[in-house]
Amino acid sequence: MYGRKVKLRFFFIFLIAVTLSLTIFLILKSLEENVVYFKSPSEIKTLSEMQQKKIRIGGMVKTDSISIVNKELSFVITDFKSEINVVYSGLIPNLFEEGKGVVAEGFLKDENFFSATKILAKHDENYMPPEVKAALEEK
Amino acid sequence: MFQLLEPNRIFSITSKAPKYVLLLFILVVSIGLTEALILSPEDYKQSHSVRIMYVHVPAAWISLGIFSTITILSIVGYIFKIKNFFLISKSLAPSGFVFNVIALVTGSIWGKPTWGTWWAWDARITSMLILALFYLMYLIAWRIYEDKEQVFKVTSIITILGIINVPIIKYSVDWWNTLHQPASINILSKSTIHSSMLVPLLIMTAAFALFSLLIFLMKYNTELIKIKNKGLDRL
Repeated sequence: MYGRKVKLRFFFIFLIAVTLSLTIFLILKSLEENVVYFKSPSEIKTLSEMQQKKIRIGGMVKTDSISIVNKELSFVITDFKSEINVVYSGLIPNLFEEGKGVVAEGFLKDENFFSATKILAKHDENYMPPEVKAALEEK
Repeated sequence: MFQLLEPNRIFSITSKAPKYVLLLFILVVSIGLTEALILSPEDYKQSHSVRIMYVHVPAAWISLGIFSTITILSIVGYIFKIKNFFLISKSLAPSGFVFNVIALVTGSIWGKPTWGTWWAWDARITSMLILALFYLMYLIAWRIYEDKEQVFKVTSIITILGIINVPIIKYSVDWWNTLHQPASINILSKSTIHSSMLVPLLIMTAAFALFSLLIFLMKYNTELIKIKNKGLDRL
């Protein structure tokens, strides 16, 4: 039905698409370490050696863990499996709150202790008006 | 089939369409903006900065949609040698690029008060930036190459390279840890956005789609006029 050239062009595009997809997949797979924006506390525990360079840790701010002593903020990041203690002094975003997502950038002191140089609040995918939130909490 | 569509016949339709599309756009965008900026509730956590979402999300959707459309048109156009598809792609690209930039800028404005940073090199944001670069390459290619055959080939290759990035943008928030939140609107599972916010979001999406259509028609008409004036070039 279609000419030989049309078939060849179709096959050509098909080959390009398959080859490129595979290449990109392999590249991303091997770069996974760098593609992730932050590590979870559990992943930190499984590190074979101490990271000296700047890293990011993300998870939930553990409830009732925030305390401020001498302008130094300390709190616990949890992924509900492992926990890590974070100390930080500096600006905190408005949405930083207990029980909410957080990403801390800084240096690992030891397995359980992290010194942050920057704190980012992570927003979740829930969007609702305050009344609905209040109604949900009442349930 | 496509040979039957003479430039003159297409032009008789597309030259009249813009004014109706413009009217419809003004109507939908005024409803959308009223809903988004005045009538819709504030968010329980972000309060009023949630309103940025009504521009950010539709802009991102439209830019992804236009890039996908351009890719399909370019590939089919390349395989079956349909010139018209390349002209449609060329006319679609500018509004896709503009919406891509709008998505990046509004995301940045939202990110500062919410996350505490203007920019993060996370997978979603970086892949969206890469899409903007592909749009830019696509638009520049049309200006560089004079020869029709050459420009069709080059732009097809750019779209094929760029389209691989599109599923990466979509699933980046699921595959990797990102600062950007995962999708709130899911077709298969329950959406995590309240209906009072979903409605203005969808109206704004319709408004942006109409705006893209308007810009597309204006660009496309220009292309058709160029062909008519030359008299030699057929679709």
